[in-house]
Amino acid sequence: MSDPAGSDAGEGKAGRNLPTLRLHVPEPKFRPGDSVDFSDFDIPAVGATPRPDEAVQPAAIRDMAYGLIRVLDEDGAAVGPWNPNLPPETLLRMLRAMALTRAFDARMFRAQRQGKTSFYMKSTGEEAVSIGAALALARDDMCFPSYRQQGILIARDWPIIDMMNQIYSNKGDRLKGRQLPIMYSAREAGFFSISGNLTTQYPQAVGWAMASAAKGDTRIAATWCGEGSTAEGDFHSACTFASVYRAPVIMNIVNNQWAISSFSGFAGAEATTFAARAVGYGIAGLRVDGNDVLAVYAATRWAADRARSNAGPTLIEHFTYRVEGHSTSDDPSAYRSAEESSLWPLGDPIARLKQHCIGLGIWDEDRHAAMDRELAEMVRDAAREAEKNGILGHGLHHPMESMFEDVFEEMPPHLKEQERQMLDEWKAAGL
Amino acid sequence: MSEVVTQEDRADAQQMNMIQAINSALDIMMERDPNVVVMGEDVGYFGGVFRATAGLQQKFGKNRVFDTPITECGIIGVAVGMGAYGLRPVPEIQFADYIYPALDQLVSEAARLRYRSAGEFIAPMTVRSPFGGGIFGGQTHSQSPEGIFTHVSGVKTVIPATPYDAKGLLIAAIEDNDPTIFFEPKRIYNGPFDGHYDTPAVSWAGHPQAQVPTGYYRVPLGQARTVRAGEALTILCYGTMVHVVESTVAAMGVDAEIVDLRTLVPLDIEAIEASVKKTGRCLIVHEATRTSGFGAELSAQVQERCFYHLEAPIERVTGFDTPYPHSLEWAYFPGPVRLREAINKIMKD
Repeated sequence: MSDPAGSDAGEGKAGRNLPTLRLHVPEPKFRPGDSVDFSDFDIPAVGATPRPDEAVQPAAIRDMAYGLIRVLDEDGAAVGPWNPNLPPETLLRMLRAMALTRAFDARMFRAQRQGKTSFYMKSTGEEAVSIGAALALARDDMCFPSYRQQGILIARDWPIIDMMNQIYSNKGDRLKGRQLPIMYSAREAGFFSISGNLTTQYPQAVGWAMASAAKGDTRIAATWCGEGSTAEGDFHSACTFASVYRAPVIMNIVNNQWAISSFSGFAGAEATTFAARAVGYGIAGLRVDGNDVLAVYAATRWAADRARSNAGPTLIEHFTYRVEGHSTSDDPSAYRSAEESSLWPLGDPIARLKQHCIGLGIWDEDRHAAMDRELAEMVRDAAREAEKNGILGHGLHHPMESMFEDVFEEMPPHLKEQERQMLDEWKAAGL
Repeated sequence: MSEVVTQEDRADAQQMNMIQAINSALDIMMERDPNVVVMGEDVGYFGGVFRATAGLQQKFGKNRVFDTPITECGIIGVAVGMGAYGLRPVPEIQFADYIYPALDQLVSEAARLRYRSAGEFIAPMTVRSPFGGGIFGGQTHSQSPEGIFTHVSGVKTVIPATPYDAKGLLIAAIEDNDPTIFFEPKRIYNGPFDGHYDTPAVSWAGHPQAQVPTGYYRVPLGQARTVRAGEALTILCYGTMVHVVESTVAAMGVDAEIVDLRTLVPLDIEAIEASVKKTGRCLIVHEATRTSGFGAELSAQVQERCFYHLEAPIERVTGFDTPYPHSLEWAYFPGPVRLREAINKIMKD
């Protein structure tokens, strides 16, 4: 726009006759109703990424933050330097844990729709991220998950009835009905208490790892957040602390392309990768095909070995896709094309491992179908058992007084007074 | 209002200012418990901008006393993780005015960890932070944000007013398994302050509460201290204001009962109730701004519990509802002039 006054006031002519400034607001490629075309999707070839020594200097592997570690090729064969060469029993254990996670999600989503609980969040399409990592870590390594790593608990054989009790907030809920469904806590499984506040677990995991190092322990920590949550300040503080103290920690970014309705561009994906965040902190950064469970496993093992040998932290971006809605409170058809999930170029993590196992001759379609049936029954039976402890709103909850417990180690006078007041109020109401 | 200290310990007492008392508490707790770690900006090699951590890194090593990056959310977030591991962190926030970046970690995480995990994980940390005004600190070196924390369920808030209490309360806070915000009134680090800013500063030398046992002792959390027994009115205060009130009361010759709360949460409501029922009048004094400040909670509690004993409306002398000014500090600070007016008013009613 020309200057209507045509004057040379202010900075003079040097600042004139330039285009007007424009604010760039990112926009995803496909919106509801759009036909999806991923043909320009750049997928690095399987096996092309070299596997450096675990003690490598971060600066020497900068390129890896822009690449993609992949092991399973289009035919389901495991190829390249990152092939972890897992024994058949481990492969089948992985497959089963992923299938169980999906069956569990399906059942609990339905339970929410049936009004048995208030809320649920599926991890469909992202099962490899948590299960590949969980099986690559030692059981006593502490995980600081976000809300979409239920696969860690399942991979660590945590009883699904216990998880369901939490979801139903019933009398069997170890968290006494205090937490929103899926905000598990399972110290025995190395699964840190989930918080609703995003990315707070990141510096906590770094602190846990620093404590382990300061005490001369051998255990490491791992943490997860979504790509959207990397925009939080805690992400930055965690990376800074991890780098400064060379903390034995693995920081996972699950880039599933979507943060509720916001595509990854709103967390910075148009400009660079999320793994590339590592470069600026001097942290080893890996970028992994998150739908390739063998790649996730191999990258996690690499990062764990690196941490265990005091070579420092690793940031891993798991490139994947959130197949379902953000939560039971979300309808993704309102902001993205319905075709996206089925056309996702990196496929489905369960289907890919299944193909691999069949190719190895250790699995077949019949056995897979039988496993799916068995898991569905197992989940259904567990849900029936859990429902005997009560479902949300049906009265079988922890005693009302339990609300006041655990705010502090010992209940202070003002809480005792409020507890008494509550009981008196209910008594006066004849309840 | 008892203090867990033996005569033998008292015999071993020596003159300390509040900084020395805090340093001694940290030293003793680090000696006693290998899980106690001290962290924060400039706390390590340098020993802290107020010298509270001087000598600790040299004595206990860098694994236990270390400098941190300048990120308050990081300091507290890392301390939560260390607590979950099993350490007993004592993070320092250099000024209470800079605690806000850490609020999410304090409010959403440290305060709720025990509750939300039904006791599986705890945050046994003590967050030390210099607070309060009276030092020409301007807007960002003078604030008193205690009311933000007393509003959060799951944290304890402690404010000492003397070297003796500073050490005993800090030891108790570090040993406590709940997260504790430990605000240190920096105006009285080196000596009690009576509010007369135009007279020379005094040191702690000769003050009875500056005789501090060199060894281990605790001042229990949740117990107030009667600074001066009296019959005419009750004055509830804490931190620097304890000394301003004490001096003003002495100068006025009024028979006030001065109660140093020491711990705001959990509050020693029994001591407050007993005092106000005895005197029938209640004045509340704090440096923090008035609206929704901790004084409002105190006033409400006194009104609820002592209504029929009150002979005058409860008064509050507090900071004004403005950001803390630089040049007009002594008009803002609840000093002797403002206290005198309030005491005269409450005694007239």
